[in-house]
Amino acid sequence: MSKGLVTGNAYTLGSIEQGEPCCEAVSHFSIRDLAVSYQQETVLSNVSLEVYKGCITALIGPSGCGKSSFLSALNRLSDMVPGAKVSGDIIFEGENIFDTSVDVRTLRTKIGMIFQKPNPFPLSIRKNLELPLKEHGVRNKSEIESKIFDVLHSVGLWNEVKDRLHCSALSLSGGQQQRLCIARALILEPSVLLMDEPCSALDPISSGIVEEMIQRLAGRYTIIIVTHNLAQARRIANYAAFFWMTERVGKLIEFGQCRPLFESPQHSLTAAYVSGEKG
Amino acid sequence: MIDRCFTFIIWLTAGIVFLAFGWLISEVVVQGVGKLSWSFLTDEPARSGREGGIYPIIVSTLLILGTALVIVIPLGLGSAIWLAEFTKKSSKRVQSTRLILDVLAGVPSIVFGLFGYAFFCGFLDLGFSILSGGLTLACMMLPILIRTTEAGLTAVPNDWRRAGAALGVSRTTLLWQVLLPYASPAITAGLLLSIGRATAETAALIFTSGYVDRMPESLNDSGRALAVHIYDLSMNVVGGDKAAYGSALVLIIMVVIINLSANALSEFWLEKKINRLQ
Repeated sequence: MSKGLVTGNAYTLGSIEQGEPCCEAVSHFSIRDLAVSYQQETVLSNVSLEVYKGCITALIGPSGCGKSSFLSALNRLSDMVPGAKVSGDIIFEGENIFDTSVDVRTLRTKIGMIFQKPNPFPLSIRKNLELPLKEHGVRNKSEIESKIFDVLHSVGLWNEVKDRLHCSALSLSGGQQQRLCIARALILEPSVLLMDEPCSALDPISSGIVEEMIQRLAGRYTIIIVTHNLAQARRIANYAAFFWMTERVGKLIEFGQCRPLFESPQHSLTAAYVSGEKG
Repeated sequence: MIDRCFTFIIWLTAGIVFLAFGWLISEVVVQGVGKLSWSFLTDEPARSGREGGIYPIIVSTLLILGTALVIVIPLGLGSAIWLAEFTKKSSKRVQSTRLILDVLAGVPSIVFGLFGYAFFCGFLDLGFSILSGGLTLACMMLPILIRTTEAGLTAVPNDWRRAGAALGVSRTTLLWQVLLPYASPAITAGLLLSIGRATAETAALIFTSGYVDRMPESLNDSGRALAVHIYDLSMNVVGGDKAAYGSALVLIIMVVIINLSANALSEFWLEKKINRLQ
């Protein structure tokens, strides 16, 4: 955040530093011809891209162009939406996630998800973290304790909440709640984090803290983040994918390393969007 | 000016309602309190209920209510969970189920009584018995409980279902750990509403559990519920007024006790499971 504050608020574009490009591009997700439709109405079609291990991939584009639909196809959360149909292939760690042999619950432990609005359960802070662990068979008390300590440290929440783990998670501030949600996803030791505008419901300070934390998590985790904040995408992402809606169907317009995509976009739509002329 | 008028009207309506209920309750208390004694609660009725107590009637009432609850709670919760969590909101089947339940919740109790008489007493050959009465009451209570529980579950934010799913948490765990406890005040309210309807019931019970005022020996015996007793005393027994008021007071006290304990239980469960903002 501090970098952003030098040149203006989080929503202005300028000469903002961006994240390091990933050194070695190892594919983590291969997405081929992905299409998503709700009640026979196509909202996203023909998306193919690679998501690289340990990198931050930002999904940018105007509202309604299918970024969130794309994201929720990756952990098959789209299964929950009545009438949603997903076609195409998503190869994750060598396996097509739409194969019948894939256990969705196991898949979702490997792919964590953070939502736009912080959604901790109405339980104590400790129970929020215990619930997924116990659900997936971790019963050993000391193991649970050490995992809770680890993840709360990872999200920088330990010092803030160590004395009130028994208090309601809903008593935390918005930013703290969002970090708790990230901790809750991390506690299952996923390799991927899907983030759907994780900062947009937070105030600028909390947003900055969460953003900094996301940067620290990069490398250890593959992160795919939907954001409307172009400055944020530029600051933290290694790769960026630009979505646009043509004829009411979302399409992937351009995908590539973040800096070239912002500085020398190949497509005129991308250029217009990142310069703020369109969108 | 218009605000003042409106405020006045609101206070007035509330006042009228309060007065009406206050008068009703105080009438029962004033008339009935003289009858209230330990022996009234523990003795058998004598001379058609003019004298003696209402012990067998309290026992019958509780047995009928208990039988109904044993059926209603699992069936009602199960159906409500099915409606709220396992079906598409827009499907024809669900919408028609909902419509039927709403209609049933409003059907006059005498209709349930006739159904119970024909089906439980006659067809299933249970005769005039506490079992028949309890089952008939269960039919009456189910629609109320199902719809309130469903409403309670539907009011739980969807965010938690998505959060749970994204963590690979099973629906069962999520239901028990988060959704049901969170919805428990609504469920309790529905349960109390249906218990209230059941304890006030006479029409459906006269036809099904009968009005024998002896101590029932089993669920297959006929038993007289408190509401039926009150009805009988005030309509058929000359000089039964005092005993009727006494019984009414006991009924009110019983409902209050059930209300308080159900609320306390639900609050206890809620506090144990859920950690809301303090």
